[in-house]
Amino acid sequence: MTEATGGIDREEDTSGKVKKFLYVNRKAPYGTIYALESLEVVLITAAFDQDVSVAFLDDGVYQVVKGQHTKGIDVKNFSPTYRALEGYDIEKLYVEKESMETRGLKESDFIVPVKVIGAQEMADIMQSQDVIMSF
Amino acid sequence: MLHTVNKSPTERNALESCLKYLKKGSAVLLIEDGVYGALKGTATTKMVEQALKSFPIYALYPDIEARGMQDRVIDGIKLVDYSGFVDLVAKHPNVQAWL
Repeated sequence: MTEATGGIDREEDTSGKVKKFLYVNRKAPYGTIYALESLEVVLITAAFDQDVSVAFLDDGVYQVVKGQHTKGIDVKNFSPTYRALEGYDIEKLYVEKESMETRGLKESDFIVPVKVIGAQEMADIMQSQDVIMSF
Repeated sequence: MLHTVNKSPTERNALESCLKYLKKGSAVLLIEDGVYGALKGTATTKMVEQALKSFPIYALYPDIEARGMQDRVIDGIKLVDYSGFVDLVAKHPNVQAWL
């Protein structure tokens, strides 16, 4: 009987298969909890040594804008954490060009080095993933 | 009447709708993600500048600053703090929130 073991007695899979994970961020920070939650999950995935990419499109590009000061709204400013991603070997950060431009932003407005790419190239990146998480 | 908008104009059409319903004596206050509607150089700037010719538009500065948008606000939009927010609510007979 293996009832109710929930699989926890099985031997741990130590083969270490690395999957490609993409985090798709489409929401502005602070107005909703999505941006912060995404960042938390990105860090968790990194701890499992997976191949992580992070995409910012639509209002998601606002997440990585420089100069955020959140004292006035009494909420944690999590934008500096994007700069820490490099330390977890997460260096594939993509910003979709049209999303950036229609918001009056340019590459130098971002808090962290990002690769600015068009929607077509972004679509190719999406296509090539094993797992896509949307926020 | 005071209209508040708390959603990004590129996430949904709350701001666009709100602006269509303004009448004499109306004012608009942008808060939370609504402050993205106060920015220069965006897809919605023109629409907001047009409304600004006829109606006062305010934006909550702590929300602007939290989002790093302090140098991007359209000229003519008035920035208020939380007590300014309260003053606006107090001086208008009613408030409509566009969510």
